[in-house]
Amino acid sequence: MRDTFTRCLQEEARRNPNLVLITGDLGFGVLFPYMKEFPDRFINAGISEQAMMSMAAGMALEGKTVVVYSIGNFPTLRCLEQIRNCCAYHEANVKIVCVGAGFVYGTLGMTHHATEDMSALRILPGVTVYAPADKVETEAVMARFLTEPGVAYLRIGRGGEPVFHDIEKIRGYQTGKAIPYCEGKDAYILTAGGILSSAVAAQKLLAERGWSIGVASFPTVKPIDAEYLAALCAKVPVLFTLEEHTIVGGFGGAVCEVVAGLPQNRARVVRIGMNDRYSSIVGDQAYLEAYYGLDGPGVADRAQAVLEGKA
Amino acid sequence: MNYGKSELLAYKVRRHALDMTSRGGTAHIGSIFSMADIVAVLYADVMNHDPKNPKWPQRDRMILSKGHAGAGIYAVLAECGYFPLSELETHCRNGSRLSGHVSHKGVPGVEASTGSLGQGLPMAMGMAMAAKMNGEKHRVYCIIGDGECDEGAVWETALIANQYQLDNFIVTVDFNKIQSLASVENTIKLEPLDQKWASFGWHVIRINGHDHAALHAAYDKAKAAMGQGKPIVVIADTIKGKGVSFMENDVLWHYRTARGEEYDAALKELEAHKP
Repeated sequence: MRDTFTRCLQEEARRNPNLVLITGDLGFGVLFPYMKEFPDRFINAGISEQAMMSMAAGMALEGKTVVVYSIGNFPTLRCLEQIRNCCAYHEANVKIVCVGAGFVYGTLGMTHHATEDMSALRILPGVTVYAPADKVETEAVMARFLTEPGVAYLRIGRGGEPVFHDIEKIRGYQTGKAIPYCEGKDAYILTAGGILSSAVAAQKLLAERGWSIGVASFPTVKPIDAEYLAALCAKVPVLFTLEEHTIVGGFGGAVCEVVAGLPQNRARVVRIGMNDRYSSIVGDQAYLEAYYGLDGPGVADRAQAVLEGKA
Repeated sequence: MNYGKSELLAYKVRRHALDMTSRGGTAHIGSIFSMADIVAVLYADVMNHDPKNPKWPQRDRMILSKGHAGAGIYAVLAECGYFPLSELETHCRNGSRLSGHVSHKGVPGVEASTGSLGQGLPMAMGMAMAAKMNGEKHRVYCIIGDGECDEGAVWETALIANQYQLDNFIVTVDFNKIQSLASVENTIKLEPLDQKWASFGWHVIRINGHDHAALHAAYDKAKAAMGQGKPIVVIADTIKGKGVSFMENDVLWHYRTARGEEYDAALKELEAHKP
């Protein structure tokens, strides 16, 4: 995902002479190709996320499309008020990129777990939130992320994630649309971000146990695909939401807000994610996903218990 | 040089601000009075700007980072002709576009909305950075408060602006020595403030922020420093509540609204010193 991001960024920078990249002193190696090609449109703001975000807004007000790059919680929670006041209120063309969604930097410890960022960014008026699942979704989303006006947030993994889509099928992706992965009759697992891999694994396990489970990915968390959710509610009685993130106010929260507002045919929504807690266990991404029941078997077991009326 | 234009504008800013805060029942008159001479000099004689064309690309930019003194900016903009003076009467009234902390939405001449301290300054830096990238010749001015210098983002900005040699960036510190609850000295000490900025690599000019001759000279020097590769800070020693004796140097007037006899007394003093 990360390499796809930088490739798409360079392609857009060739098209848009007003595109500028600012980093908060991160991106070793990753940003080098961009820095080499566009040295005059690259700024290292140092380790100063608050000033960096306000500065990005100021540059955007002067006509720049400013991409702000950092990892974990640094370009989000650390400077949330700057995003609100300086970027969003001014409708500035600031594009915030967080590498390290969820437990990507699992072993680095709690400070580096990005597990509340979608909630935090989603509540701000005028901020679009993208959480692509693989490098193909990332490529599809980047075209929107870098060109649509206003503030946008892109949450991506590090790299090496499995690929689930064919780019030809999702080229021309429209912001706010869900991408169905497979259809089901008993329930759907809906995901945002790289955790789609767990949903797909769970779907296979559940199929072996006799359940027909659909899976869909939501590369855009805000605005969420309300139309698709309404259609699913008319089709199945249960929607599972799966996110490597807190279940409070994030992707699952966004789904609940839509479903609760439907006049009829409301499905039950079961949110799977971090249950309003921090992780202090040391482990890599796969370990922590399994520990918190966010891997394929964990999701399958939880879903099965719900479907059998046991949870 | 005759400073009549800026001195008259400063008087008008104070005069409007007294009425606006009194009518609106709002605070921060002391903070507005302390910077009134600074904004008057900037808008009257220093900045290139065109009230008939607020988005003129070659204009100098001005961001009030101490956004709580917004009434002072609205007053100076209205006096310059950006919008009708009559609109000042709506300040802080229900349905108005002139909020207590300065807002740019629909208000010609306001470059950016501020009010959360430590944010307007780096926004202004972004504007200066963009101008540098574009090879543009205009300057970016920014006024910050002394209490605002408690914010870490002020010093983040000081570091970045130095690194990128933003000599088109002219910051003024309205150093009135009083912050929200008490004096700066008894809250978070800033002195030696000029040495602090100098050690961050800035070109420092320190003057009496109510002396129009000194202000003009300071901004002449600041403009002349463009091309020397250093951002510029004008540390303006000011008096909180300057212009009304019973408001001067009294933390009370960070919050208090002049009404009744106090309003009358303040008005009398301002009128007595009308240029």
